[in-house]
This record gives sequence, structure tokens and C-alpha cells, in this order.
Amino acid sequence: MWARNKYIVLRRIVQLLFLALFAAANLWGWKVLMGNYSTALVMETVYLSDPYMVLQTLAAGFLLSADALIGALIILMFYAAIAGRSFCSWVCPLNLVTDLAFRMRKKLSWRKKENIMLLGRNSRYWILVLGLLLSAILGVAAFEMISPIGMMHRGVIFGFGMGWAVVLMVFLFDLFVLENGWCGHLCPLGAFYSGLSRFALIKVKHQAENCSNCNKCFPACHEPQVLDIIGKQSGFIRSGACSSCGRCIEVCEDNALKFSINNYKKHRREL
Amino acid sequence: MSDDQLNASRRDALKTMFRGAGVLGLGGMAWGGVVDGLKASELALRPPGALAEKSFIKACVRCGSCVEACPYDALNLATVDDHTAIGTPFFVPRETPCYMCTDVPCVPICPSGALDSELLKPSEPTEASERMDINTARMGVAMIDEDACLAFWGIQCDACYRACPLMGKAITLEFRRNDRTGKHALLEPHINRTACTGCGLCEHACVTEKPAVFVLPKELASGKVGNHYIKGWDKRDEKRLHELKEEQKNRSQSAEDYLNDWEDLIDE
Ligand code: SF4
Ligand code: SF4
Ligand code: SF4
Ligand code: SF4
Ligand code: SF4
Repeated sequence: MWARNKYIVLRRIVQLLFLALFAAANLWGWKVLMGNYSTALVMETVYLSDPYMVLQTLAAGFLLSADALIGALIILMFYAAIAGRSFCSWVCPLNLVTDLAFRMRKKLSWRKKENIMLLGRNSRYWILVLGLLLSAILGVAAFEMISPIGMMHRGVIFGFGMGWAVVLMVFLFDLFVLENGWCGHLCPLGAFYSGLSRFALIKVKHQAENCSNCNKCFPACHEPQVLDIIGKQSGFIRSGACSSCGRCIEVCEDNALKFSINNYKKHRREL
Repeated sequence: MSDDQLNASRRDALKTMFRGAGVLGLGGMAWGGVVDGLKASELALRPPGALAEKSFIKACVRCGSCVEACPYDALNLATVDDHTAIGTPFFVPRETPCYMCTDVPCVPICPSGALDSELLKPSEPTEASERMDINTARMGVAMIDEDACLAFWGIQCDACYRACPLMGKAITLEFRRNDRTGKHALLEPHINRTACTGCGLCEHACVTEKPAVFVLPKELASGKVGNHYIKGWDKRDEKRLHELKEEQKNRSQSAEDYLNDWEDLIDE
């Protein structure tokens, strides 16, 4: 039971812990984690900030304080070098909502219908660029102005206002319109981390010799295109789009998938 | 593949690209429209030490630290229905004004520079420990609707005057003869725009149903003289004259010649 749900339980704990710490800072003045997912002050010493937000601000023509810039650099290095796109599955509060829609869709076993309205999984990279362009044109961080992630976390911490409607929109879009629609096709922040994460240290490793080709991992994964080596070849799931959610590992009954340290040099030699 | 097939698949690829670009452009325009609409609103009152609105919405990273730091819970973070840049801090004086904390906790906590303690520098040099002087804050400026203010009716009310932390400086009471009764005095509140911090304690205190004194963002509540008029009697204002661009300053004709030069005015 534990092995089947290990990562989902851990992820929910981590996600909710972040939210709880932010909320506690606002409600009771706890100093562990103050601020929010855009910029947070940790233990009153280091700032951490969202690098895509910082880029938008730069594009808009404002040089943030050194605190915020260094904070963005720390986060950038952490995900690019170590943790990959794990922000999406382990930290992002909107993931709670989109995961729910994903699961409900599977439960209702709705037929997957890709590419409606020409939205492919690469759209998000264009949206990422568009966000920077619009920031430059309008002189204000364009994605931050409409970000459902922002509405979600500010909603939980400071009260939703009408922000819940935007979060609901994402939920309904994912549930009724497009599977993994927001996170897998639109979200520029997810795209940002995806683009960054190819060479991260922690990756899912596939052992083809254990694989029975049951194909259970594909429907479990919200970015199934990253699983292209399954059953064919041992190695790491390299694609930056993998968010290290661990769903594939949980559903695999043949011990063919696990988290591992991506030894890039060694792999090179194998090639 | 035959040439025809190749051409057809090329055409398809081109079509897809074209449509993709179209959808992206469409989405971009909608997105831009929404963002532009939200940032255009200038009605929000910002915390003390905030940069000018245009720079402020660029700079603020929407972290809410200032909101958390405010002991009076005066500040809110804008949500979708607050009609200003989403996630940026603002306050509504009629609900909770800024109480003008002497240590201004909301400002130094700001990680982005959107709230800048430099803008709250004491006007006169004081002890080194006092880096900020809240009285130099310019969050907005109070305006009085004389038609709705009881004091202008001749009824005694000085609620705003007494609530003002800069009583006697930012709000003064001026005596005027009450022409209606002929024997009473009016005690009219007046706002001194150069001293008013825009904290909104007056708006909060005002006794009328909808406040007769209210704070507006300074940008919104200010006119601008422009370069045609300069206070010749004010050394500081005269400086503007020297800052003008050369072409604007040196007209080719003297003023008198210019006025007498009527030939240009007649056709033919
Ligand atoms: S794709 Fe975007 S919304 Fe989805 S989990 Fe990642 S950052 Fe959050
Ligand atoms: S490959 Fe596995 S860990 Fe990566 S996103 Fe898919 S299910 Fe999650
Ligand atoms: S000066 Fe004090 S009351 Fe005013 S916004 Fe800042 S913290 Fe709040
Ligand atoms: S602390 Fe600064 S960056 Fe954060 S919300 Fe307030 S003004 Fe914006
Ligand atoms: S509190 Fe209101 S009604 Fe009373 S004097 Fe001031 S502005 Fe007028």
C-alpha cells in the first residue's frame, strides 16, 4: 500500500507544508517562510524568488533589488542542477487542482483528445516567450498579472476574492477540455522549468530488463511523451517535462522504474 | 514520396504553422488586453514609500511581505475584483487607514525595491537611527467635498482635523463668517497638499455617510502647470527655466516682434 502511494503522500505533505508555512507567517507571524511563491524570505536570512517572474520584471524594464535577483539565481540553480521540474509536482499549489482534474478524468475514463484548438505540448514554450514579450510591451510582468498559480497561493494565504474563479477555470479546462491542459500545454512557468531541467541530477531511471511492457506507466504519467524509452532501452527519463512526480514508479509492478542520480558522464560513454 | 505528396505535406506543415501563429497572436492580444486594462487603473492607494505607480507595478513582485508586516492589517493584496494590478498591495482608508507607524515596518521588508526607504528620508537630518520619517510619505492626497462637509454647512465638526496625525499642518481649520446666520463662525477644514501624507485617517474619521474628505492617489488628484508658466519669484522654480531644451527657450523672435507679426495671419 505504502509503496503504491509513497510519492503522492510525500508530495501532498510537502505541498501543503509550503502553503501552511506561508499561511502561518501571515496569520501568526511565523518567521520560517514569509512571503509567497514569487518571493519568499526563509528564516529571515535568504530570499528565494521565482526566476520566470524576475525575467518578466526585467523585460518590463525594472531591475529588482539584489536580494530578489540572488534569490532567483538560487532557485534556478537548484532546479536546473538538482531537482529538475520537481517544482511542479512537489511545490506548486495549483498542482493540487490540476492533479485532481487529471485523476477525475481518468476515473471517468474519458477518451484523450489531443491537439484541440491546435494546442500542442509545445504551446507552453511559445506562451513563455509571449509572456516576456508582453511584459516588455506593456511594462509590467504580464504572466504575474493573470497567473492562476498566483491567484491560488495568494488566495490561500490572503483570501481569494474573485481569484477562485480563475482557479476553477483551470480545473474545468483540465477536466472537460484537455487532459493535463494547463500544466502540460499552457503554463509558462512549467515550461520554464521544463526547458531548464534536462540535465538535472535527480531523474527517473528505467531498467528495461525488468520491464514487462505492461504499459501501466503511460496512463499514470501526465507527460506520457517523456516515457519514450519504456520497454525499449534502459536509461534515464531525460526530458525536462518530467516533473518527478513518481506516479510511474508507483504504478510499476515490475520494479523497472526508480528515482536515481543522473550520471551524465557515464551515460555519455554508454552512447 | 512523390513530389506531389511532398508538396502536400509541406503545405500542411505550413498551414499548421500559420494557424498556430494565428492562435498565439489571438491569445496574446486577449492576454495583453486584460493586462493592459488591469494596469491602467490608477485608483489604488499604495503603502508608504511606494515608487510612482508606473514603476511600482513593474517592481512589485506581489509577495505580500508588506501586508504581513502591517500591524494594523491596513494593507490588502489585490485580487481579480479589486481593479488594479493583481497581487499588488493597496489600502482602503475608509476601511482601515494607514496609521503611520513611526518605524514603518512595511517598507524595509520589501524585497523588490517597490517600497523604497530612500523615499522616506527625513527632510531634516536627525539621529542616524531614524532612517525613515513617515511624515514624508506621500501615499495620496486628501480632498474635501465642500458640499458634503458639515463644517462648510456651519455645523460644528472637526473629526477629520482631530484624526489627522499632522493636525494643524496637513489639515488646518480656517475661520470664516457664517453669512447665513450672520453671527456665527464657520470652522472649515482645509487640506495642505504639501504636508498631507495620504494616510486616510481623516477619511476614516469623517462622520458623513460617504466621506466628505477622501484620499486620492496623488497622480490622479494633481494638475500640471507645464513649461509656459514659471514662478519668477521662486528660485527653485526658476531652475526649470534653465532645464528647458534650448529650442524651447530661445525663440527666434522677441515676444514683441512675435505679437506684432501679423502678416502670417493673412492668406495671400
Ligand atoms: S505546470 Fe505550472 S501550474 Fe502546473 S504544476 Fe507546473 S508550475 Fe504549477
Ligand atoms: S515520467 Fe514518471 S515521474 Fe516523470 S512526470 Fe511522468 S509519471 Fe511523473
Ligand atoms: S506605516 Fe504602519 S499602518 Fe501604515 S501601511 Fe505601513 S505598517 Fe501599515
Ligand atoms: S513587499 Fe514590496 S514586493 Fe512585496 S507585495 Fe509589498 S510592495 Fe510588493
Ligand atoms: S470629518 Fe468630514 S464632515 Fe467633519 S469636518 Fe471633516 S470632512 Fe467635514
